[in-house]
Amino acid sequence: MKDVVIIGAGIIGCFLAYDLSKYDLKIAVVEKNMDVASGATKANSAIVHSGHDPKDGTLKALLNVRGSRMYEQICKDLNCHYEKIGAYVLACGAEEEDTLLQLAKQAENRNIPFEVHTHQEIVSREQNISDEVTKGLWLPSTAIITPWEVSCVLMDNAIERGTELHLNTEVTSIEKMNHGYRIVTSKGEMMSKVVINCAGVHADEVTAMVNPHPGFTITARRGEYFVLDHLKDPVVSIILFPVPSSKGKGVLLVPTIHHNLLLGPTSDPIDEKENVDSTKEGLAEVREKMHKLIKNVPMNQVVRTFSGNRPSGSTHDFVLEEDDLNPGFLICGAIESPGIASAPAISEYMIEHFVSKRLQLLNKNNLPALVLRQRLLSEMSDTERNDKISKDSRYGKIVCRCEQISEGEIVEAIHRNTPVLTLGAVKRRLRPGMGRCQGGFCEPLVLKILARELKLSLNEIVLEEAGSNVLLEKR
Amino acid sequence: MELTCITCPKGCTLTIELKEGKILSIQGNGCPRGIQYAENEILHPVRMVTSTIQVIHGIHDRCPVMTSKPVAKEKIFEVMKEIHSLKVEAPVFVRDVFIHDVAQSGADLIATRSVQLESSFSNEKK
Amino acid sequence: MKTVDLVIVGAGAGGLSAALAAWNAGIRDILILEKENDTGGILNQCIHTGFGLHTFKEELSGPEYAERCAMMLKDTDVNIQCGTMVLSMTKDKILTCSSAEHGLEKIQARAVVFASGCRERSRGAIQIPGSRCAGILTAGTAQRYLNIDGWMCGKRVLILGSGDIGLIMARRMTLEGAKVVAVAELMPYSNGLPRNIKQCLDDFGIPLYLSHTITQIEGKHRVSAAVLSQVDEHLQPIKNTEKRFEVDAVLLSVGLIPENTILEEAGALIHPKTRGPVVDEQCMTSLDGVFACGNSLHVHDLVDFVYAEGQRCGQGAAAYLTQSLKQEKCVQVGAAGNVSYVLPQILHFCDAKLFFRVKTPMKNCAVVLKSGTKELKKMKKISLLPSVMEEITVTKELLEQCEDDLTLEVTSWN
Repeated sequence: MKDVVIIGAGIIGCFLAYDLSKYDLKIAVVEKNMDVASGATKANSAIVHSGHDPKDGTLKALLNVRGSRMYEQICKDLNCHYEKIGAYVLACGAEEEDTLLQLAKQAENRNIPFEVHTHQEIVSREQNISDEVTKGLWLPSTAIITPWEVSCVLMDNAIERGTELHLNTEVTSIEKMNHGYRIVTSKGEMMSKVVINCAGVHADEVTAMVNPHPGFTITARRGEYFVLDHLKDPVVSIILFPVPSSKGKGVLLVPTIHHNLLLGPTSDPIDEKENVDSTKEGLAEVREKMHKLIKNVPMNQVVRTFSGNRPSGSTHDFVLEEDDLNPGFLICGAIESPGIASAPAISEYMIEHFVSKRLQLLNKNNLPALVLRQRLLSEMSDTERNDKISKDSRYGKIVCRCEQISEGEIVEAIHRNTPVLTLGAVKRRLRPGMGRCQGGFCEPLVLKILARELKLSLNEIVLEEAGSNVLLEKR
Repeated sequence: MELTCITCPKGCTLTIELKEGKILSIQGNGCPRGIQYAENEILHPVRMVTSTIQVIHGIHDRCPVMTSKPVAKEKIFEVMKEIHSLKVEAPVFVRDVFIHDVAQSGADLIATRSVQLESSFSNEKK
Repeated sequence: MKTVDLVIVGAGAGGLSAALAAWNAGIRDILILEKENDTGGILNQCIHTGFGLHTFKEELSGPEYAERCAMMLKDTDVNIQCGTMVLSMTKDKILTCSSAEHGLEKIQARAVVFASGCRERSRGAIQIPGSRCAGILTAGTAQRYLNIDGWMCGKRVLILGSGDIGLIMARRMTLEGAKVVAVAELMPYSNGLPRNIKQCLDDFGIPLYLSHTITQIEGKHRVSAAVLSQVDEHLQPIKNTEKRFEVDAVLLSVGLIPENTILEEAGALIHPKTRGPVVDEQCMTSLDGVFACGNSLHVHDLVDFVYAEGQRCGQGAAAYLTQSLKQEKCVQVGAAGNVSYVLPQILHFCDAKLFFRVKTPMKNCAVVLKSGTKELKKMKKISLLPSVMEEITVTKELLEQCEDDLTLEVTSWN
């Protein structure tokens, strides 16, 4: 019997596993995909919003403000990337300026640092700002992170503290028992006193397994993005938002931790929750809309397009609750934007309001030391790096030319606590394949290393999910 | 009729005058090999075949091979069949002959790369 | 810090040829740094024949060509260090590199030749809509999987782009038992050599769809189908021309880009069209004593041309090291009319060759070299293709007549 089973290893599931594993509890995380952080967590704008935007009185407002204040310390503790680069909300014309000033008021009420700047002031900082922009709301506490990196390190720690992680394991049904729940998965069954549903776009379906009328539905909203290569002269050094509309935050420009530039997203409701195809129309929309904010974007430097589906809820707020009919069945649903920013606060909220009511939370004795993010060779001094190579020469063998990643680092990543089973997982840990060649050179090498370390044949290695094998037949 | 000469990367367009299956004239060739090509192509077209074969105990898993001369076009897949069933031991030296008269094509199948013995195996032999 | 007279980055055809030329010109302290465990570069996976007619007067496979190049250095003391990736270079020619054997090393070079090849344009760069599932590979990656590792990445294949690698892979996959359903090309003409259209597609009845592109890729985990659409004169897909092909792999052969990130980061001027560095007739970049050749300078159609350019580059680097490189007056050379690019972009007053490519195919044309408005040289060409690199020679005497920068222009012959 488990104390807690968490369904879904996105950033919410990972934070919950991390936080709950500090207590003396038996925890399992069940994830249907082959890697953690492989739903909405891997395809979003990667921003820790300051919390100025959500409407007063919503969970989004409460938890975004709180989450935004928690991140810096968490990332510092885990050695994860966090950069407070700041953001502008940009208004074009009088009507948008009104909305902008309302947002400024909201920021003020929430004790979020802000300044209102004129076109001139904005241009003096960011020279490529569009001529149409008339005013900007400067939000210096807005930060960027790499959401899948944070998720992996949180999970590394949860596992270090005894949490079980079951990847490639899909929950097929849940049955309420006398003292808890029986969770039936594609890989077997488990019993648990408490279930936390963090199933992203599928949270409504998972709730429906125990309650035929879940009280909320989830629509997947597809967001499409462009990714630009690292540029010698970056287009922008901070995040740019248009003023928000009913459809969401609009098309943004976001410099990433690794010096790429994200352009997007669109926001289109789609029927198939798992469909993350790019569309001609979506990409055209991003191209068109970004011109409102920026000029001189070198679109010939696009290295990739991607899209991600955000779980958009029918209640227009996060659904954080215990199911009416099912004590101990907890729901983290509809975690759309600002979900990443709110994630640590969502976990804290769920534990404080619900988990603590169902389980006794006693601190674990002898909590192991924190597992930190893997330190890369590029972050080491030459001496340290040579020391590493002399102990294991594979750290000298560079596999990925674009991102300069060594075989040793890849092997190290594969054998960390959170399993690395796919090419996509290697890419999310260390970035080989995210550079300008997009894996053209390194993919065959990474594939061989992965097959060797996992003791699999080359044709058994997949890109992401089961069935996405790269190679078919040996000659 | 017109043919693209495939003898060299220049790819000359050859204009051939034919009468009752016989060649009356060939024009457009940049060198004498164009004439030879056109004659072959009309009477009995031939092609080089290249592929790779499996190597055991080598520093590489595959060794590239080619036919020692162009083979009749209709023989290409028969040659491939023989290539597929072949497996050799390292070391291999460039131009080693693996199969004489492969698929009765008149050409030999030869290595186009040397493949050294993998060091762990060469050590064992010492 | 280790100091070396000449460091060459890359041991493919360009790097090996540059090394031999520099050795023959008297340079004795030469180090080649190669990222792979073997010399030869991309030639090792180009197992088809057709290489070497100019250089070796024989038709060789890529690996054999590479082996010949390496053999020619056998009697020299050129030092080749394989398994070594160059990570960065400063303006003062200090290279940082990493290898399993020597760890992280810094090397001070007196001269550097970049012969680091090119990379393939990826799917992201051309933004094909649809699924991002497995089974979408660049043709070169598929070639590596098949020819080096011995694995097939698909059994029913659609190829986008009619560059030579795409055409060669169409034949290669067919020989290995796959069904290549079609090759699609965005432009109204092929970017591959005519002989490859003939022997790689026509021989096997593989259709070539000109003025077509992929407008959708379907598939959940692996490709299940791809949709081709015809494009109009603005290269935009035309509605209701869709053809759907059930395939399990899509190979992309949509262009090559010179690989010179390190040069760019060191501050070398990069030409927007070639995407390689701006060079003079000795292949010297805008950084003093730093040279480039082969596909890292501009994408070549024949390895023999890479070899020849490597020779010029090696000689240039040797001349630089022995201080016999003339740094007299120079002029800039630009492209006009139907010329897509011309190389070198800087000419000193000496006998030299200009290499150029046209933007679109043209018949009966005039190749005109001008200084300002003054015509210096004019030649007639029956046919020019974007896939075929052309050359024109200039002499010292001719250049001495020029008062202004040069332009090379291709127009129709009147």
